[in-house]
Amino acid sequence: MQEYLSTFTRSVFMENMLFAYFLGMCSFLAISKNVKTAFGLGIAVTFVLFITLPINYLLENYVLKQGALSWLGASFATVDLSFLSFIIFIAVVASFVQLLEMIIERFLPALYNSLGIFLPLIAVNCAILGACLFMQQKDFPNVGIATVYGLGSGVGWLLAITGMAAIREKLQYSDVPKPLKGLGIAFIITALMGLGFMSFSGIKI
Amino acid sequence: MKEKNKIILFNPLSKNNPVTVQMLGICSALAVTSKLEPSIIMAISVVAVVAFSNLIISLMRRSIPSRIRIIVQLVVVAALVTIINEVLKAFAYDVSKQLSVFVGLIITNCIVMGRLEAFALGNKPWPSFLDGIGNGLGYGIILVIVGFFRELLGSGTLLNYRVIPQAAYDAGYLNNGLMILPPMALIVVACIIWIQRAKDKNLQERE
Repeated sequence: MQEYLSTFTRSVFMENMLFAYFLGMCSFLAISKNVKTAFGLGIAVTFVLFITLPINYLLENYVLKQGALSWLGASFATVDLSFLSFIIFIAVVASFVQLLEMIIERFLPALYNSLGIFLPLIAVNCAILGACLFMQQKDFPNVGIATVYGLGSGVGWLLAITGMAAIREKLQYSDVPKPLKGLGIAFIITALMGLGFMSFSGIKI
Repeated sequence: MKEKNKIILFNPLSKNNPVTVQMLGICSALAVTSKLEPSIIMAISVVAVVAFSNLIISLMRRSIPSRIRIIVQLVVVAALVTIINEVLKAFAYDVSKQLSVFVGLIITNCIVMGRLEAFALGNKPWPSFLDGIGNGLGYGIILVIVGFFRELLGSGTLLNYRVIPQAAYDAGYLNNGLMILPPMALIVVACIIWIQRAKDKNLQERE
């Protein structure tokens, strides 16, 4: 239990996808102009991460890794397919997003209309592929931890984009130097928020 | 070279820079710019991936059904990135260890997808190839500038050679440890944007 909790808090705060690794910056900057859509996108990203991470974890451990295919028979014990991991991971993410899009379009048309344009973009959100690749690197002991890691990364991203959107809404009333307006100031705010989140890095759980 | 192709190749370097103007591809690479060397390697890899994926998708553009085009594009890009990753592992193992997951993240780099969607799907192979090189270079320039300043101010070295003389340290000069931290990459990019937009008023945002 403790292991799950510490993986969760670590992936939300200390190893926040956005502030520690800058993953998912493009959609973060493009869509953080108002809180409502930012929150919707955050939820969608969290959901995709929560589903795709365990799938990719199982693929990694039972198909791709060296010796992972040994359940097929002794002659497969030395097969190493890890060079295929990029293609497999991205195919899983992209096809899941496409599936999700179809399901939402069919059963939840209201949500589909408010998220419509952003949904296909989730496939190319670096935070998702990034989490899959970190999962591969960290070598989690079981699929439960991998799922918690996916959930935590998603929640961390959601927190970051919602906070950023709230700041940017207020920012409209402030007097920013003209050349810095828009993109420039957004970068600086992200950097300051990132420095703030770095204060979590000393905490050990 | 024809006039039009020249514009396609050189516009992304300044006026239409993918990072500072089009707001693409900020994601994967800022974390790798704390030293100059990985920045340069990353820049070269991105140029290669954008150029060749543009070329391949442009060749296939008439035969891709538009409903599944994103998956097709991702598979092409992922195959190219896999090749680059294997090449890096073979010839520059140390750097490839340093870049770790960020090589794989070129796949989801928005520059690649953005240029495929915006240019390669509607243009002939040769201009698409040039567009890829141009945008890759525009992105690379930003990476190299950021890497240059962060390594110079953060560690006092360039490409691992000491540039700031020992005498300066004896006189009390200290490296700025803050420059090594990831958030500083964003601040350096913000400064680049500030300078660029102060010079070229057309790029400023109006609201």
